[in-house]
Amino acid sequence: MSMLHTVNKSPFERNTLAACIGHALPGSAILLIEDGVYAALRGTAHEDMVRGAVADHKVFVLGPDLLARGMRPEQVIDGISVVDYGGFVDLTEQHDKVQAWV
Amino acid sequence: MSEPWEEEGPGTIKKFMYINRKAPYGTIYALESLEVVLIAAAFEQDVSMAFLDDGVYQLKKGQDTQGIGMKNFSPTYRALEGYDVEKLYVEAESLAERGLSEDDLLVPVEVLGREALAALMDEQDVILSF
Repeated sequence: MSMLHTVNKSPFERNTLAACIGHALPGSAILLIEDGVYAALRGTAHEDMVRGAVADHKVFVLGPDLLARGMRPEQVIDGISVVDYGGFVDLTEQHDKVQAWV
Repeated sequence: MSEPWEEEGPGTIKKFMYINRKAPYGTIYALESLEVVLIAAAFEQDVSMAFLDDGVYQLKKGQDTQGIGMKNFSPTYRALEGYDVEKLYVEAESLAERGLSEDDLLVPVEVLGREALAALMDEQDVILSF
């Protein structure tokens, strides 16, 4: 059944996102939160990896965590949806399980 | 007769570098580094701060933490000058791989290449890592 994966580490500091992408089945959802939001931005060294994930998964990023870090929703890679805390709750409700990659 | 705590004089001034390699908010490192720098500033040492790897994110302009319920401590970097902490170094390679430029930073800094930063680290008497 469908899984929601959450990733809360910067892709520059840990391989958490790469591990998540490697294990997330096609069609599952990935939500970037906390320092994980840096992966959602255009122009980083990890952009190709993230674009690859967007092709196979629904990818989301938590807006309040972006804004806290001085980043704007307009800077996010095409295909990634920005959600608020209510959207986070909706995602957990829409999926059968949550797998937190920490 | 003077008490020991009243002694004055030049003392020994050492070169202290605070190395910041963590993004703000996700962990407590960035805030703790600032706290220590501000305390250490009272001892009138030769202080510098280096920002590399995810540490460059600490200086990103436009941080707005209202939505996450945490204190936005980024204005403190602009106040460091008032504590005679004026040497802020940022590694060029770290900015580039994050798609950032000097214009994205909230305070004037000196952007240095990795080799130049390594040489600067080598000149220090004390290095504290966060």
